[in-house]
Amino acid sequence: MRVLAALSGGVDSAVAAARAVEAGHDVTAVHLALSSTPAAVRSGARGCCSLEDARDARRAADVLGVPFYVWDVAERFGREVVDDFVAEYAAGRTPNPCIRCNERIKFAAVLDRAVALGFDAVCTGHYARLVDSASGRTLWRARDEGKDQSYVLAVLAPWQLERAMFPLGDTVKADVRREAQARGLGVADKPDSHDVCFIADGDTAGWLRGHLGEQPGPIIDASSGAVVGEHDGAYLFTVGQRRGLRIGRPAADGQPRYVLDVSPVTRTVTVGTAADLDVRALATGVPTWCTSAPPMPGSVLVQVRAHGEAIPARVEELSDQLGLRLDLSTPARGVAPGQTAALYDGERVVGSATIERTVD
Amino acid sequence: MVYLDHAATTPMLPAAADTMSGLLRQVGNASSLHATGRRARRVVEESRETIAAALGARPSEVVLTGGGTESDNLAVKGLYWARRAADPRRRRVLVSAVEHHAVMDTALWLAAHEGASVGWLDVDSAGRVRPEVLAAAIDEAPDEVALVSVMWANNEVGTVQPIAELAEIAHAHGIAFHTDAVQAVGQLPVDFAASGVDALTVTGHKFGGPLGAGALLLGRDVEVAPVLHGGGQERDVRSGTLDVPAIAALATAVEIAVKEQPERAERLAGLRSSLVSGVVAVVPDAQLNGDADFSLDRRLPGNAHFSFPGCEGDALLMLLDARDIECSTGSACSAGVARPSHVLLAMGHDEARARGSLRFSLGHTSTASDVDALVAAIGPVVERARSAAQ
Repeated sequence: MRVLAALSGGVDSAVAAARAVEAGHDVTAVHLALSSTPAAVRSGARGCCSLEDARDARRAADVLGVPFYVWDVAERFGREVVDDFVAEYAAGRTPNPCIRCNERIKFAAVLDRAVALGFDAVCTGHYARLVDSASGRTLWRARDEGKDQSYVLAVLAPWQLERAMFPLGDTVKADVRREAQARGLGVADKPDSHDVCFIADGDTAGWLRGHLGEQPGPIIDASSGAVVGEHDGAYLFTVGQRRGLRIGRPAADGQPRYVLDVSPVTRTVTVGTAADLDVRALATGVPTWCTSAPPMPGSVLVQVRAHGEAIPARVEELSDQLGLRLDLSTPARGVAPGQTAALYDGERVVGSATIERTVD
Repeated sequence: MVYLDHAATTPMLPAAADTMSGLLRQVGNASSLHATGRRARRVVEESRETIAAALGARPSEVVLTGGGTESDNLAVKGLYWARRAADPRRRRVLVSAVEHHAVMDTALWLAAHEGASVGWLDVDSAGRVRPEVLAAAIDEAPDEVALVSVMWANNEVGTVQPIAELAEIAHAHGIAFHTDAVQAVGQLPVDFAASGVDALTVTGHKFGGPLGAGALLLGRDVEVAPVLHGGGQERDVRSGTLDVPAIAALATAVEIAVKEQPERAERLAGLRSSLVSGVVAVVPDAQLNGDADFSLDRRLPGNAHFSFPGCEGDALLMLLDARDIECSTGSACSAGVARPSHVLLAMGHDEARARGSLRFSLGHTSTASDVDALVAAIGPVVERARSAAQ
């Protein structure tokens, strides 16, 4: 197969590409430039957009002996991931930019271009497994539970999975690093990336403040309805958050307070006790199915954040026929609109949908 | 391998490589006073004389540098600082809108850090600075202009500038004139004295010499302030221990390149014309950028530059590369991301035309079979790139 390997400059994508080469594929490497003004060096464990990462990606391609190019997807990334991130926070929701990037950049814009240019598949260093069967290709959790990235891939539709290649799904991270070392890849001991790649210093609140400006408003206690504090912008809070709340005096019941609701229109942040955060049912937007829709009503496992726990749930179509209703067998804590609910059947990813609201 | 990127760098001439490798194991700092040092110095001075003779300069006018970018920096910064020191009103730097980044970014740096103001000289649709444009720019404030810098021939679209005429206009107002001639040497006749310019940039690796060796030809009476401070090895304006083997190879290459220039230019012009007609025959909507007049005083003989409507240049480059045909999209930033060429934009083309462009540049090793290979490949490549851009 002609394979386009996306090299971030990190160890995972480098080893994934190496395995694609070793499997006999005709591999071409690309580094996706996500920012038109990349920083010169990487700071800490963040970022996949620096010039240093581009250099590391190039060096990995050299070692593998494959052609290397930089693809400029900055404009598309800015529009579909960064702008979406800002708009979601401004609307009081909690987005996951990695999911957007997979859905709209890596396995859409890049995949489309790759196919048009004659490639058969896009190879990445994601930790997830693809299994082919008579009924089609299915997406499964990675063997390395701690690194499993099936959650951020649960947005992929069958046509995208058909063109995807995840060579690391059966390997644990420690072995990937060892393999990188053995293969002479200089990125073997490079720190893992996490957090939001386009917020170089990791200060999401500061970054959002820079984009949205100060929008002060009240903090209201759900139990009393009283104004208990003020904030600089509702977008700085997500459901379930405890830190950063400037509440002058302790609540009457003496229990700590958490964000229950963020309402940008009224600029109101509502707080309450930990018990108030418990959610038993969720309503979602239109789902994406990795293969075909499961029987409904039916039983699934629901995961609402990367590396979150998978909760048994009953799934059914909402009466509007567009979204889903998910009734959880045990309460989930701190679920915000905008988060993705990934649905599993055991270890297999069934599909996903964006959470729109909690349901009583 | 079909190498159509000679404007980026061209293979070393065998004689130049021999000169260089023959000297690599010979010890000697050309500044040392003992016999070994004198031997190295002799190599440097003979090389300087060869370079001067080949380019119409006096030996004392050859300032040896580490290449084109360094020479451009020395000329633009050095002339600016020297002129400003002599007359504090002179802070204006007039630069053509199609310069290489080595000149453009140097001028912008002077504006950002040294109180300069940059005046961009517009070009016509062929990429040429018309003399009246320079005259008008100077007339705005003749006493405030520190220097003018216009390249001899453009690296992207190959347009040759009327250098002697432009230099004369600057000199009429007592303004120093620099030209970056890295693309011209070996392809066109280049005579420093006859051109009348004050400073002229050359670099070895564009005409079969080594990488990292070049010169700034600098008129005897022209003052520049140094950029690199230290031992003052080169006329006190350029410091650094001289790279004797590279300088000798530079001299060997420039001597051959200049001697063979007339036949080479004729041969390359012939290949280029068949390349252009071949590409246009296969891709009828391909747009040739630069001057449509192929005479030597208008366009570099080895240059062909096209826009392919509906294509992205980087996709074309990748598809050709996969077929072992090597060319260039023009300017690239440090991350390797292709940006729409400032040269094409300055010529009045839109971003789409700039993004869909490719440069094919021929040099001393180019053959008719290189051209044939490109013409055979370009049709399917353009078709595929077009489908990828939709």
